[in-house]
Amino acid sequence: MSFMPEILWSDGLIFLLLAAAGTGAWYVRRHEHLLLPWRRLARSATAMVSLLVLSLFLAIGLLDSLHYRAALPQQNSGETVYSPEVLSAFDKLIEPLRTHTEKTYSAPLAITLYAKESTTDTQGNVVRDYPRLQYGGAHLAEASQRGVDVVQRAVIGAAAGLMVGLLIALGSKRCLTRRNLPFRALFIAILIIASLIGLIANLAAAYHVLGTDKVGQDVLYLSLKSIRTGLVIGTVTTLVTLPLALFLGIAAGYLRGWVDDVIQYIYTVLSSIPSVLLIAAAVLMMQVTIDTHPEWFETTASRADLRLVFLCLILGVTSWTGLCRLLRGETLKLREMEYIQAAQSFGVSTLRILTRHIVPNVMHIILIALVMDFSALVLAEAVLSYVGVGVDPSMISFGTMINAARLEMGREPMVWWALAAAFAFMLVLVLAANLFADAVRDAFDPRSNLSE
Amino acid sequence: MIAYLVRRILYAIPILIGVNLLTFTLFFVVNTPDDMARMQLGIKRVSQEAIQNWKQQHGYDKPLLLNRAASGAEKFTDTIFWRKSAGMFVLDFGFSDDGRSISREIVTRMGPSLAIALPTFMIGLLVYVTFALMMTLFRATALDLAGVALCVLLMSISGLFYIIGGQFLVSKLWHLVPISGYSGGADSFRFVVLPIIIGVIGSVGASSRWYRTIFLDEIGRDYVRTARAKGLSELRVLFRHVLKNAMIPILTGVVVVIPLLFLGSLLTESFFGIPGLGSYTIDAINAQDFSVVRAMVFLGSLLYIVGLILTDISYTMVDPRVRLS
Repeated sequence: MSFMPEILWSDGLIFLLLAAAGTGAWYVRRHEHLLLPWRRLARSATAMVSLLVLSLFLAIGLLDSLHYRAALPQQNSGETVYSPEVLSAFDKLIEPLRTHTEKTYSAPLAITLYAKESTTDTQGNVVRDYPRLQYGGAHLAEASQRGVDVVQRAVIGAAAGLMVGLLIALGSKRCLTRRNLPFRALFIAILIIASLIGLIANLAAAYHVLGTDKVGQDVLYLSLKSIRTGLVIGTVTTLVTLPLALFLGIAAGYLRGWVDDVIQYIYTVLSSIPSVLLIAAAVLMMQVTIDTHPEWFETTASRADLRLVFLCLILGVTSWTGLCRLLRGETLKLREMEYIQAAQSFGVSTLRILTRHIVPNVMHIILIALVMDFSALVLAEAVLSYVGVGVDPSMISFGTMINAARLEMGREPMVWWALAAAFAFMLVLVLAANLFADAVRDAFDPRSNLSE
Repeated sequence: MIAYLVRRILYAIPILIGVNLLTFTLFFVVNTPDDMARMQLGIKRVSQEAIQNWKQQHGYDKPLLLNRAASGAEKFTDTIFWRKSAGMFVLDFGFSDDGRSISREIVTRMGPSLAIALPTFMIGLLVYVTFALMMTLFRATALDLAGVALCVLLMSISGLFYIIGGQFLVSKLWHLVPISGYSGGADSFRFVVLPIIIGVIGSVGASSRWYRTIFLDEIGRDYVRTARAKGLSELRVLFRHVLKNAMIPILTGVVVVIPLLFLGSLLTESFFGIPGLGSYTIDAINAQDFSVVRAMVFLGSLLYIVGLILTDISYTMVDPRVRLS
C-alpha cells in the first residue's frame, strides 16, 4: 500500500529538537571539560536507570511522530486519493491494538463486555447476558479457560522477554562497563523492563490488557499514544522558553540600565498573573481563532496538532520568567568577575563576551531548569485538559483520558481501568523524569560535592 | 517605611496597567469583538444585526483604543479599553455575560474559597515544616533517604489522582463525608475536611523537599557549629537556631501566596463543588465569559503584588537587620 508522509508541525519541532540535542552531544563529546559532569552523571545508578526508562518513552514518542496518510483503494482511475486519517509509524507497529475495537467498556483481560445486553439466541429467545468480546479472548471456546490461558500467556511472554533482555544486557556488557556505567543496576532494569514488555505484548495479542474505554478503544493503545502528547508538551515548550529566557536574562543582567528595567517590568507583569489564568486566557483566544478559521486545516489531526503546538507556545511564554530571573542573577554575578573585566579592557565586543564568556558559564543553570521543568509540564497537561484549556479533545493524551474516565466514576461497578492506566503511565514517566532531573542537578550544580 | 510602601504601591500601578494591556490585547486585538459575538451567539450564520445587538448589550460597540469620533478626553475614555479597564482600578469589575455584578460575586464567593484555602495553607505549612525538620534531624541516614524517596514519589503523582482517589476512597467506599457540596455555617465542616486533607497531601512531596533543602543549607553554617559547641542538643539547635534563621527563605516563598488564597483552587473547588472563586473561574472559562476571566486575572495580579509587599514587610519582622527604605 502506498502512502504519503505527513509532517505535522509538532513532528517538525520534535525532530528539530532532536537534531539540536544531537549537535549538542557532538559538541560536548569533543570537549573534555564539558564531558566531566556527564561522566559523573553516568556513574549514578538512578540516573542511568531513569534514563533507560525515559529513552523507552522517547522511542515510542519518536516512532509516533513519523506520520503518514495511507492511500485509499482506487475507486475511479486518476490521481491517488489519500485517507484523511493521519497515522504514525507507531500506529502501524501496534495496528491490532488500534483496529481491534469493541462495542464499549470491558474490564482488563475480560472476555465479555462490562454491561449486560439483550441478545436473541438460536431458538429465538431473548437472553440477557454479558456478550462476548469481538477480539478480547476470542480464541477461547469456554469462559472458564480464561484464567489458565492468561497465566500461560503471561508466563510465556515474560520468559521470552527475559531471554531477549538477557541477550541485550549481556551483549552490551563490555560496552557498558568500559564506560564506567553502573552495570548491575542497568542489568536488573533491562531484565525487568524486557520481561514486562514481553508479558504485556504476549497478552495484548489476545486480550485487552488494560480493558477498553467507552467507545471500545483499547486503553493500552490510548496510554501508549498519550506518551507522545506528554513528551511534546514537555520538550517543545523549551523551544520557546529557552531563547526568551536566555536572551532576555543575559541582556538584563549584562547590559543593566534601562534594558534591565524594561525586561524586569515585562517579567514582573507576566509572573504577577496566576499562570493557570494566563494560560486559560491565551488558550481561549487561540480557540476562537482556530474556530473562526476552519479553512486552515486539511485534517482533524492537523487542527489538533496546531492546537498542541500553540499550547506549547503559550506554556512557554508563561513559564520563561523563572529561568530568566535565575539567568539574570547569575549574569549579574559573572559580569563582575575578573576574566570578564579583562575581556572588556582588551576591547572584546559585547556580543563576543556574551557568547564566549557568559553563555557557557550559565549553561548548567539552563540544563538543570529545563530537565526540572519537563515533569511539571507533563503533569500540567493533565490539569489543563481537565480545566478545558488543554489539548484538543480529539487528541489522545493523559488529560483527555482522565477527563473521559472521570465521568464514569459514579458507575456501579466502577470503571477504574482507564483512570488507573493513565495515572500509572504518567507516574512512571514523571517519576523517571524527576529522578533524572535530581541526578542532573547533582552532577551539574557546581555547589554540589565535587570530591568523590 | 511609609515612604517605601507608597513607592511600592506606585510601582504596582504600571504593572497592573501592563497586565490590563496584555489581557486586553489577548481578548480584543487577536480576535475582534465580532468574532467574540459570533462565538457567544453560537450559530454559524449570525446576522450583522444580532452581532451589533450583542456588542451593544455588552458594551463592545466602541472603538478599541482611540475614538476618533469623540472630542477632548472622550477620545480615550469612550473606548472599549477605557470602559473595561478603568473600573478595575477601583475594584469595579462590571458585569458578567449573564448580567450579574462580578464584584458582588467575588465578595460572596470569597468565603467558601477561604474556608478551604486558609486551613489547607496553615495545616500544610505545619506538616511540611515538621516533616522537613524530621528529615533534617535524621539527615544522611536511611530514614532521611526514605523520606526523600517518599517525597519524590509523592510529587510525581498527578494532583488529579489525589483528588479522584481521595473522593473514591473516603466518600464512596467508606462513606465518611459527602463527595461534594457546600453549606455555610458550622455544618460546612464535613464538606471542607476532605478537600483540606487532600490539599495538604497533594503538595507534601514538593514542599517538604523544598524546606529540607533550606534547612540543610542552614545546618552547615558557623552559628550551628557554635551552638553545638555550647553543648545544645540537636533538637534545640534545630528549633531554636536553624528554624529561626531559615525564616527568610521560607517567608520568600510563603508570604507571597497568602493573598492568593482568596482566589481558591481551581481544581479542588470544581471537583468538590465548592461555590468559591476557583469554580467561578472554571465556569467562566468553560462559558468563555471574558469579562470574568479578565477580572480574575486582574484580581490575581493585584493580590500577587500585595503578596510581594507583604513579603518585604515580613522580612523586617523576622530579621532586625532589614530596614525598608
